[in-house]
Amino acid sequence: MTYLVEEKDGFLLVHLEGDVDLSTSPEVRKLMLDCLRKKPQLLIDLSQVSYIDSSGVASLVEGYQLSKSQGSEFALIGVSEAARSVLQLARLDKVFPIYDSLAQRLQHGSI
Amino acid sequence: MTDQAFQAVIEVEDLVTYYGTRKILDRVNLSIRQGEVMVIMGGSGSGKSTLLRHLLALNKPASGSIRLYGKDIGKYSTRELQTLRKRMGVSFQNGALFNSLNVEDNVAFPLREHTQLDDNTIRIMSRMKLEVVNLAGFEELMPAQLSGGMIKRAALARAIVMDPDMLFFDEPSAGLDPVVSADLDELILKLREAMQVSVVVVTHELDSAFRIADRIIVLDKGKVLIIGTVDEVKNSDNQRVQNLLNRRAEDVEVDPEAYLKRLTENLAGL
Repeated sequence: MTYLVEEKDGFLLVHLEGDVDLSTSPEVRKLMLDCLRKKPQLLIDLSQVSYIDSSGVASLVEGYQLSKSQGSEFALIGVSEAARSVLQLARLDKVFPIYDSLAQRLQHGSI
Repeated sequence: MTDQAFQAVIEVEDLVTYYGTRKILDRVNLSIRQGEVMVIMGGSGSGKSTLLRHLLALNKPASGSIRLYGKDIGKYSTRELQTLRKRMGVSFQNGALFNSLNVEDNVAFPLREHTQLDDNTIRIMSRMKLEVVNLAGFEELMPAQLSGGMIKRAALARAIVMDPDMLFFDEPSAGLDPVVSADLDELILKLREAMQVSVVVVTHELDSAFRIADRIIVLDKGKVLIIGTVDEVKNSDNQRVQNLLNRRAEDVEVDPEAYLKRLTENLAGL
């Protein structure tokens, strides 16, 4: 798994790429918790994620809860079919704010 | 389906096994594909539980071979087998929960044993799986406080907590009422769909088998009577298969002389 963090249109975008599994999800968790220290409006881009397991999703859940308690935004963008089915199984597709892309998020109003 | 979907994850070839001198499995051949639900059926003593133990690499064959992911089980090192078992989720007949741990800690147990994940991640994962099996809110209960159906679902949550590639169930419906049993079947199918997991179910419950199976293997006295789709098994003209489906006890051949002797042996005045 690799990642890229960039600031764009007032958001902090974290692009994840590859497999997010038991061996890589601790890195994703640490990355998110580090990013959240600055209380950013955080978007996690999953469009290049080929596989995400429950540990990866659990890390996203923790990040989302932390950003909620900080009063900042947290959303997923570019959720692939594979990732969506993992989210759906635990009904988390009803929990996370999910957008197709940054552009779609921007259509929903400014920060 | 793609070629990938038809790839065999487990291949059993000419499996023969004994308990002592008694032959339990006799030249069993079977292959289980990725994403397939395979149901193992047969009467008591037919060898179905023994076959399950072999698929889990818990027993060694007397002869024949079992390949997991294309490699003979005998050729895996102990360490490789441990890694392999992390990809297998097992739900035993009685649930096999730890009585001293609450539901959440039972589900979390494999993660705490086998991973270095942060405890927050482990707890969220465990609770996610409890959501999947509709046991959300029961995290703090102890196994003794659960109904039969809840124990099965908690065991299932634990079986899937590591996101396995293969799921094994030993008599999932045993002791459950028909509605709870049907719910559990739905859950098994939902998991297959979402996780693309291969599922092996040992059962003698016909309704359940017909609901969930892609294919069924019927064992009788250690031999394979038939492997086929639900329709192929239902329409089989093999009398033993039909006996099993119609729950007809086999006619036991009676030797009148021997029978009479058994009844009257050592009786006074005879």
